[in-house]
Amino acid sequence: MAEHLGVVISGSLTGGIEIKLDAKASVEDMAVGRYVSIQGKKHRFFGMITDINLQVTDESITQNPPESGDSFINEVLSGTSTYGTLHVLPMLTIGDAAASISGPQPVKTVPSHFSDVSLASEADMESVFGGEDKERYWIGNPLDMETKLCLNLEEFVKRSNGIFGKSGTGKTFLTRILLIGMLQKSKAVNLIFDMHNEYGWSGTSEGGSRKVQALKQLFPSKVAVFTLDEKNSRLRGASPDVVVRIGYSEIKPEDIVLLRETLNLTEQAVEAAYSLYRRLGANWILSVGNLTDDEEIERLLKELSIHEGTFQNLKRGLNTIRRLPFIEPESKQNAVDEILGYLDHGVNVVLEFGRFRDITAYILVANLLSRRIYEKYQERTEKAMGENAAAPTPLVITIEEAHKFLNPIVAKETIFGTIAREMRKYNVTLLVIDQRPSGIDEEIMSQIGTKITCLLDNERDIDSVLAGVSGKNELKSVLARLAAKQQALIFGHSVPMPVAFAPREYGSSASYRDFMPQGTASKKADTDKDIENLWE
Amino acid sequence: MSMERAGEVIETCTTDFTAQCYELYKTPSLGTLVKAGETPVYGIVYHAETASIEPGRRPIARGKDEASEADIYRTSPQLSRLLQSEFSVLAAGYREEGKLCRYLPPQPVPVHAFVYVCPPDEVKEFAASFDFLPLLLNNNGLQVDSGELTAAAVREMSRVQDNPHAFLVAAGKEIATLLRGDYNRLRTVLGRLK
Repeated sequence: MAEHLGVVISGSLTGGIEIKLDAKASVEDMAVGRYVSIQGKKHRFFGMITDINLQVTDESITQNPPESGDSFINEVLSGTSTYGTLHVLPMLTIGDAAASISGPQPVKTVPSHFSDVSLASEADMESVFGGEDKERYWIGNPLDMETKLCLNLEEFVKRSNGIFGKSGTGKTFLTRILLIGMLQKSKAVNLIFDMHNEYGWSGTSEGGSRKVQALKQLFPSKVAVFTLDEKNSRLRGASPDVVVRIGYSEIKPEDIVLLRETLNLTEQAVEAAYSLYRRLGANWILSVGNLTDDEEIERLLKELSIHEGTFQNLKRGLNTIRRLPFIEPESKQNAVDEILGYLDHGVNVVLEFGRFRDITAYILVANLLSRRIYEKYQERTEKAMGENAAAPTPLVITIEEAHKFLNPIVAKETIFGTIAREMRKYNVTLLVIDQRPSGIDEEIMSQIGTKITCLLDNERDIDSVLAGVSGKNELKSVLARLAAKQQALIFGHSVPMPVAFAPREYGSSASYRDFMPQGTASKKADTDKDIENLWE
Repeated sequence: MSMERAGEVIETCTTDFTAQCYELYKTPSLGTLVKAGETPVYGIVYHAETASIEPGRRPIARGKDEASEADIYRTSPQLSRLLQSEFSVLAAGYREEGKLCRYLPPQPVPVHAFVYVCPPDEVKEFAASFDFLPLLLNNNGLQVDSGELTAAAVREMSRVQDNPHAFLVAAGKEIATLLRGDYNRLRTVLGRLK
């Protein structure tokens, strides 16, 4: 039987419900972010504690409190003249007729006066968040509870999602956990732009003291590691499946738009890039680089009405790109086709950046590859619709430092802005990882289906993450009080209500075993046994 | 019956009654739960008094040449006949057809009804609910302060409880609820419960 906490004494649907705590229930046992169930007359409500107050019936108590050693008076007063109240945000109704058919429903009313309130039991939590099964994936446990918080990943990947949090709060671990889940339980494949080499081959835990295994080590047959920096990958003990090289001809003016800020280009320079591309064709970067004859340059610039300064500005930018070691004048390899080849076979692709962690390389490559992959997906989906054939495998693209791609200035131009907005029409969605969500375009934030956020303490970041969520102010207090590590708040499309949770363990050998789909561990044991039998 | 007979009702009304003791000074303590009458009326002793039988005849000091106070009564045996002890009881409940009610009885207890001190089991039964507390706390017309009386009654009742502390806390909480607008008075009453 769940612990009885108190009764409803006042409240409103928008403002939340006020609950008077019983004398027996101590305010110190309560915690913001925990769940309570409220048994109304007709419905059972489910809500989250968002504030805890101390109250007195008589103001003179506060002016003349009992002596601190007077335990008898303290005992008598607690729960009578002095009492605690909880502020609870009602979220769902469970257990009534409608809910038994279609699961928990969003609240549309409040429980009546003096409805009994108790801490949500494990069974309540399970009825809301469901147990782990073929489609549902265990991502962690609600704070202070044993219940498994499970996500329906089939649903999850149908929209773009975001993971936010200050640096060092566990975004990477959360992402790994989610990626493993998607790898196992959804039909989607992942393309991960791995800026810090954390997802493919052994990442490090916070502090760098402990090595943790990454996707390729855990699921060798389901993950392919691509790298831009073979040397670095090998140094780290990884054996990349493919080394990616990018030819000049693959870079389009659209890619330059994104890099405007990092390459310090003027707006005119970007315009010039388009003009030059139209004039010089796919090999425009090479051609621009080869222009040495002053007269020829002058003629060209005059023809395209580009200012000399602008041209130099653009040229400096292009030179920065050309200096990137993985960019080659001519690449025989078609990285996009190779990636697609793997993805088509259901193999997830992690693209490691090795030493090229500077943002220019990351933005350039991520945008360039994503754009072309998206184009192919679009083409295939449209074809599939026309011919009534199977649509391509859903694809989830994971990007870090997302505000560089999705900030209000460039979001309209980049492919990621398009993916986030057009969502699943073409079976491509994003998993956005970022530490400055306030830098992301509002329109795109509003399209993100499920948001998982670790601790954020910048007011603007918190506001932008919580924009448009009901009970925003209440959630704010929950979010601001998350522990600095290994606690997160999830809300949005794929969970019935916001929930603060502790992500499941990742990094110990026991945890790796848990991640393995059931049966594989025993299969290995069987094989060992078979081998032994051979010798008998 | 093994119950201790404390006296006999000599004056009665709906809210309280006065009883005379059969022996000098044998009044029940302040706050004691007593009962009187056939359909018993329960009450809390709130006042006790020992005085001359005749209102006009005041006792005079007699002990000048006696060694101890007890010697005064020994050498003047008439004293026990000239003085009498009385106690007053505030009605706090009654029992009707087996049901114990903790509020004013419909009829006052008759004159000459015997008054008994309730045995521990009955005290426990009566104290199982604090419904009687408002009768004590809200009575302002008595010779004693109502808070003082309430504290005495609760203290007396706690003596027979298995867990006196828990009983006092529970009673204290009830009193705290009743006196929620008057913290200073509450502090005084609670201070007398300890």
